[in-house]
Amino acid sequence: MTGQFGAILRNRISLIWLVLVVATLVSWWIGADDAANPHLGTAVVLIVAFFKARLIGLYFMELRDAPLPLRLFLEGYCLIVCTTLLVMYFTIGIARTT
Amino acid sequence: MFILGDMAVFALLFGVFIYYRGKEPVLYAAAQLEVHRSFGAVNTLLLLTGSLFVVAAVRAVRSQMHRIAQVAIGAALLCGAGFLLNKILEWSDLVANGHVPAGNNFFMYFFMLTGLHAFHLLVGLGILIAMLALSRRPSLSKGQFAFFEGGACFWHMVDLIWVVLFALLYLAHS
Repeated sequence: MTGQFGAILRNRISLIWLVLVVATLVSWWIGADDAANPHLGTAVVLIVAFFKARLIGLYFMELRDAPLPLRLFLEGYCLIVCTTLLVMYFTIGIARTT
Repeated sequence: MFILGDMAVFALLFGVFIYYRGKEPVLYAAAQLEVHRSFGAVNTLLLLTGSLFVVAAVRAVRSQMHRIAQVAIGAALLCGAGFLLNKILEWSDLVANGHVPAGNNFFMYFFMLTGLHAFHLLVGLGILIAMLALSRRPSLSKGQFAFFEGGACFWHMVDLIWVVLFALLYLAHS
């Protein structure tokens, strides 16, 4: 059974999982680095988060092979929500701290 | 449609959190220092791994390897239970140190967002148990298989929402 289990996971999906794990560890490291540029760090952390969300949608939820409207929903969600949060972060928060 | 609606609601809540964070950046930054990033990071890794097992379960059912699917769902359930246990430990630690939802706006949103997410995770665990029961059948009807795939999608949505919450609540600086 172990062999069959391995056969199911021995493909691109495990590579995607590995990319997601590495991206999580990199964000953790950037987020923990308080001495570095915090605003740039936050922008990177948010972009990495939505990059991860997109990978989860495309490969785990299998939206890569879904009908176009569903695929567009995911792409639009990641792009619009990420951009909106970044704009809000840089216009509302930073304006008050500088 | 339910999953897409849930994602839209959470997107709105992400925006509300960033908006109010912008209004009180100093308070949010100070409060965020009391949150342990390691709890969030470990939980992210648990959910990502749980999702990988759920993908394996779906593929196993498609290939009529139901025994493999059962093992994979069992492993995903363990990951989800680990997340919940970790979350309870984190909440207990925060409350023991006086950081309660009524304390300030950061903790109000922190408990609200993580609580709402934990509720979704609980629903996801229930769905995984139903998927486990389905995978014990020798074969699935078209409707049962659609439920199986939909349940897997819901679990991944819980994962997707968490990776954004992890960035917003634990990592983003004011």
